[in-house]
Amino acid sequence: MSLTFVITALWTAVLAIAAMTLRNLIHCALCLVGTLIGLAVIYLQLDAQFIAFSQMLVYVGAISVLVVFAMLLTKSSETQAEPRGNKAWAHGLGIASMVFLVLAASFSASTVGKAADPGPRELPVAALGQSLMTTHVLPLELIALLLTSAMIGAAVLALHDRPKNPGDPRPNP
Amino acid sequence: MTALSHYLLLSALLFSVGLAGALARRNAIMVLIGIELMLNAANLNFIAFWRFHQNPASLDGPLMVLFSLAIAAAEAAVGLALIIHLHRRFKTTQLEQVRNLRG
Repeated sequence: MSLTFVITALWTAVLAIAAMTLRNLIHCALCLVGTLIGLAVIYLQLDAQFIAFSQMLVYVGAISVLVVFAMLLTKSSETQAEPRGNKAWAHGLGIASMVFLVLAASFSASTVGKAADPGPRELPVAALGQSLMTTHVLPLELIALLLTSAMIGAAVLALHDRPKNPGDPRPNP
Repeated sequence: MTALSHYLLLSALLFSVGLAGALARRNAIMVLIGIELMLNAANLNFIAFWRFHQNPASLDGPLMVLFSLAIAAAEAAVGLALIIHLHRRFKTTQLEQVRNLRG
């Protein structure tokens, strides 16, 4: 186990746990950004540079900003009425630790995890693009359709605010 | 050199943390963050398996991650729009206070 992996793995894991347990939601979002940056660094260690940069662009750049905007728009950072040590946490931690134990036990029992390191790889971006345009063109088109419809759907959901009853005092933007 | 099992262990840890958060947190945005963590754990698995695969020409892992990134972006956009809509209707994002199906 190399030292860089230990440092980035610790960084990622600790920030992920912090992102799920902190009370202030803005702190949670910042910890999520740290986790995603740590994952991008791990992708760099795994010789997947293009994926690391995509991760930085899409997750760190776009999704985290979206999360922060949603927190600001819903004023979630002001409501912190979430008592700790309740039953939901016990259930969640129980189920999650069982899942973790099953996963860890299954791949420590298998020989997959001990596969020989095939040496440094490189991720050819040209081959990736060629593959997207030839063998994987149908998934690419479907993803484009999905993204377009998701964007339209998100705009429709967030913009329209029809009053439910005529006496509703809320303004209609 | 780091073995594949270490990456798998980290990914399993991230997945479990995300699952625990998604199950236990009451705020809808936190549930969404937990789901994002689980998606990222799956992506890490794809990249790790690609890196330790014996066939150097195989690109299925990174391609899968690219598609998964696009789907995560769409999911986050729709999920957060739903949460904003929910907040307008119910004036809260705490999930246990949202009980009416028809608002």
